[in-house]
Amino acid sequence: MNALKNPRLLGTFAVVVLIGAAPAVFAGENYAMRVITVGMCAAIAVYGLNIILGFTGQLSLAQGGFFGIGAYGVGLLTTDYDWSFWSAFFVSVIGTAVIGYLCGLIALRTKDEYFAIFTMAIGFIIFLVISRWEAVTHAHSGVNNVKFPEGAGIVDFSSPIAMFYLVFLVLLICIYITHAIRRSSVGRTLLTIRTSEDLADAIGVRVGFSKQLAFAASAVFGGIGGGLYATVVGFIGPDAASIDKTFEFLMFILVGGMGTVAGPLLGSMIVTFLFELFQDFQAYRFIVLGPIIVALVIFAPRGIIGYLGEFIDRRNRRRRLAGMRRSPKETGPDGRSAAPTAETMTESGAGTTSEETK
Amino acid sequence: MTLLEVRGLGKRFGGLDAVKSVDLDVDEGRITAVIGPNGAGKSTLFNLIHGFYHPTAGTVTFRGDDITHSSPHRTVAGGIARTFQTTNLFEDSTVLENVLAGRIVRSKSTIFDAVFHTPRHRRESRVNEDKAMEALEYCGIAEHRHDLASNVPQEVQKRTAVAMALATEPELLLLDEPAGGIPEEETADFGDLIRSLPGQGVSVLLVEHKMTMIMGLADTILVLDHGQKLALGTPAEIQSNPDVIRAYLGSSTDEEN
Repeated sequence: MNALKNPRLLGTFAVVVLIGAAPAVFAGENYAMRVITVGMCAAIAVYGLNIILGFTGQLSLAQGGFFGIGAYGVGLLTTDYDWSFWSAFFVSVIGTAVIGYLCGLIALRTKDEYFAIFTMAIGFIIFLVISRWEAVTHAHSGVNNVKFPEGAGIVDFSSPIAMFYLVFLVLLICIYITHAIRRSSVGRTLLTIRTSEDLADAIGVRVGFSKQLAFAASAVFGGIGGGLYATVVGFIGPDAASIDKTFEFLMFILVGGMGTVAGPLLGSMIVTFLFELFQDFQAYRFIVLGPIIVALVIFAPRGIIGYLGEFIDRRNRRRRLAGMRRSPKETGPDGRSAAPTAETMTESGAGTTSEETK
Repeated sequence: MTLLEVRGLGKRFGGLDAVKSVDLDVDEGRITAVIGPNGAGKSTLFNLIHGFYHPTAGTVTFRGDDITHSSPHRTVAGGIARTFQTTNLFEDSTVLENVLAGRIVRSKSTIFDAVFHTPRHRRESRVNEDKAMEALEYCGIAEHRHDLASNVPQEVQKRTAVAMALATEPELLLLDEPAGGIPEEETADFGDLIRSLPGQGVSVLLVEHKMTMIMGLADTILVLDHGQKLALGTPAEIQSNPDVIRAYLGSSTDEEN
């Protein structure tokens, strides 16, 4: 139960429980349930953005496009081709993975602003194909009556609550994967690339290959989010793949906190809620949200969760220092006298010499 | 036994020969030093060996394998680690996390191992942490492991860079001015650390400006000037070589410290 002592995990846990309990509060209010469910679909795509932008430090502007591929894959296969939802979903996700991997082949050769421009071009191409290829995608008439997922036994996904929990479950899996990546050497690999590609290269990290995998993974999450979105809303149009979608996701992650486990979820929920609040001013909402984003980038560049994380780190460091001052004779795990405060630094320096020469 | 064999190595940038027909043998269990005035091509030589640059002439052989055109990822995996002249660390991370980053190249776990928490992943995480702690203790900075790399003193940063390189389990360690920026009184300690490396199975090739340190440390010294070999020999031979004295030691003793 160490997890409960870790304030970071505890925070993620609290947000998850809050959202998981939402149906109890909003039972019967189908509109509210739908807003939250759609928000969670977006959050899944934002977890993808978190892998490539948050962990790997590469600004991908193709996420809206991958979301659109997932949505249209499920939408078209379940209507025009009458596939079951699950097979359509599975194929769409595999499809985004393949497209993401192939785009990654080129993306891995670019970095920084070139990567951003390249991925934005990918996003645009996907949007153009979806909005113009009338014979296949129906262009601006969109796709109607996307199938609900087929239930089993008493589970019936035409009920908003069942749909909510389906998306919630997938979201939980995405959060867990994010957590697993973060604590593993895979996450460490991505973080080294974010901090310094040259240094990552020097310690033997396969920078290009890792970037490509991270990009493909982010595409997969985008596809999953899009596929679920299609079945939740039932109707999709080309705006599901638009560049606006990408910038929405970007705003979600900026508000919540890049490279954190809870950030994408929290940011998605808060901003979705704000969007709803300003819904009557649809066209003007960015006028209000714009300054909020600017303020966030200036005062909390790592988002809400990043800000809290720094606060926790500082407090821990202070506690550790205070702990060491109280018990200077405490021995470290290496059996030597434990770490110095500034005053004892020279002594421990002498201690290390004997260690080296033996 | 010869660990690293450099033959006729050259690198042209435009019309300029940064390094030209350099031959060098690094013997196993030895400390070999490269010295020379600024711009003599020392760092370029390191970049060529490590795979950052690709040479325009010559070959590099490590343990009998031709690594002339290998990428850094392959050379590190093959057993050559390096540190940089300007201390290069992941500054937002702790000292321990920095050293753990050195373990990436030895990690086989994939994202699936991480997600499903496989025995391989658990075993590897444990091994990585043990090896990282070992490297930290060996470099004498275990007590700083939870400090941010940007917050520790310069000397600890330099030691962190060495620990990170050692965590990749190299057979040959390239050190580019490892003692640069370290106060004179701590240089001796740092020299002891480097001297102890061959005993641990890590041969050393280093570039350094502090002559007192080099002369007491190196078994063999290569003197570069304008990208070319000026002299090669033991510290005593180098110190009495008239060419070296004229080109380097004599003219620049005042600038050394």
